[in-house]
Amino acid sequence: MARKSLLLRLSAALVYLFLYLPLLIVVLFSFNDSRLNAEWVGFTWKWYGKLFHNKQMLTAAMNSLIIATVSAIVATLLGTLAGIAMHQYRLRLLPLLVLAPIAMPEILMGVSLLVLFIMMNMTLGLVSVMLAHITFSIGFVALAVQARMSHMDPALIEAARDLGATPWRSFREITLPLLLPGILAGGLMAFTLSIDDFVITFFTAGVGSSTLPLQIYSMVKIAVTPEVNAVSTLLMLLTLVVIILTSRLSPTFFGGK
Amino acid sequence: MQGKAWSKYLLSLPPLTYLLVFFAVPTFIMLFASFRYAGEYGGLAPWYLHEHGRLSLELTLENWQRLVGTDIYLRLFAKSISYAVITTVLCLVMAFPLALVIARSGHRYRDLLLLLVILPFWSNFLVRIYAWMIIFSPVGALTRMINALLDLVGAGPITLMYSPTAVIVCLVYVHLPFMVLPLYANLEKHDPALLDAAQDLGAGQWRRFWLITWPLALPGITAGSILVFIPVLGMFAVPDLLGGTTGIMIGNVIKQQFMESRDWPFGSVLSMVLTATAVAVVLLGVRLGQGRKGRG
Repeated sequence: MARKSLLLRLSAALVYLFLYLPLLIVVLFSFNDSRLNAEWVGFTWKWYGKLFHNKQMLTAAMNSLIIATVSAIVATLLGTLAGIAMHQYRLRLLPLLVLAPIAMPEILMGVSLLVLFIMMNMTLGLVSVMLAHITFSIGFVALAVQARMSHMDPALIEAARDLGATPWRSFREITLPLLLPGILAGGLMAFTLSIDDFVITFFTAGVGSSTLPLQIYSMVKIAVTPEVNAVSTLLMLLTLVVIILTSRLSPTFFGGK
Repeated sequence: MQGKAWSKYLLSLPPLTYLLVFFAVPTFIMLFASFRYAGEYGGLAPWYLHEHGRLSLELTLENWQRLVGTDIYLRLFAKSISYAVITTVLCLVMAFPLALVIARSGHRYRDLLLLLVILPFWSNFLVRIYAWMIIFSPVGALTRMINALLDLVGAGPITLMYSPTAVIVCLVYVHLPFMVLPLYANLEKHDPALLDAAQDLGAGQWRRFWLITWPLALPGITAGSILVFIPVLGMFAVPDLLGGTTGIMIGNVIKQQFMESRDWPFGSVLSMVLTATAVAVVLLGVRLGQGRKGRG
């Protein structure tokens, strides 16, 4: 029996409005023919045009893509290993190290990695940002893979072993194909986390290796301009595409059954 | 089985090593840094000196004394904690009806309604802050509307931007899905027969809520509260962009110590206090969860 009073439905609708109205405003004003994000003047594409002629913005976008691709690949490899290990063995330290970075405020990871990189005499740049992004992505991939593993029927592996398959062969031919959607979902998640990260990048990027969020931050710090709306809209579009891909691959990951 | 031991290490060693080097070690370096002197040009001074054939340790309690020597920083911690508490409570108030509606919807709509909660959360964090910069802007429609109304009753104009209110509204906005998801996961498991039974026995709507739904939802509430409280406590971007001078939080001072004044030892002290607070909150949450399990 559904128990949803009118009041309950109404307040839920208001919360949805609260969630979407601000983003809608950002998108709407990206097409607005006025420097001020204040009232609707007329439709224009010009902020998008400006964006594609903004050298700094293009470099930042390129940096973001490079960082996200590399860190997603490495984090997927390490996270998959961690996820399998956490499912198969009773470990103490690994789960703690996998979960702690997710549970701590981001700023802590940002400043402590800054101190580490400087102590290692590393020049801050693309590499330091990648190393940082891998650190916070491993946990998310590991959890995705672990979730997928717990849905797997252990009888399949036992059957393969009974039929004489070596552990490696049963892993390659049974476990891995079954895990693949979870691995890919984790990888795409690592990619979006990296593209979107601001806080940890802020501390580990140094000068001269800006990413999209850092670029947005420095623009917003100076003034609110519709160019920011345009880049925000594009970024939302990119994330949306990745999310749709991810949910196709691994519906379980999004809380659905 | 024989292969097990080495495959266990083969699997867990690479991620373990990576996380030790880039997560555990930096945390201990920070703890150590909180007892060191600041370098002449920022950063850290050497922690030992080798002079005249004698080795001397250059460690100090100065940074920790600075923390407790004035009430500025403790006040700022208290203020950040109060922002985190207010944000958590507001998130709970907003998330509860939403999670209830989703949990009580038909299976066909549940996934869609849930996806609609997660979707804005996946848009860039800065974009979500930026959206509120537009809304709270002095030339924005909201501020002008409020001021037009205030003008009618003769009250002075107000600014929404750069205030604690702006910070808290945005903090709620950014963290709301963290509360909705664990709450939904909990509410979805409730047996509707309990509510039916209570109704048959004559319990009204509010009684049913407070005597059945709320107590059963406590584990979800605890989980959601931790997921909201901790990131809010360490936040610096939201107060940085929306808080002005009155809305700053402890995260802003940590950022300042590492990036602007470059006093790393003191920045490390503040970070360590933040770490300890976050760990304490997580442990408290786990404790609460176990306590309930024990009784149930």
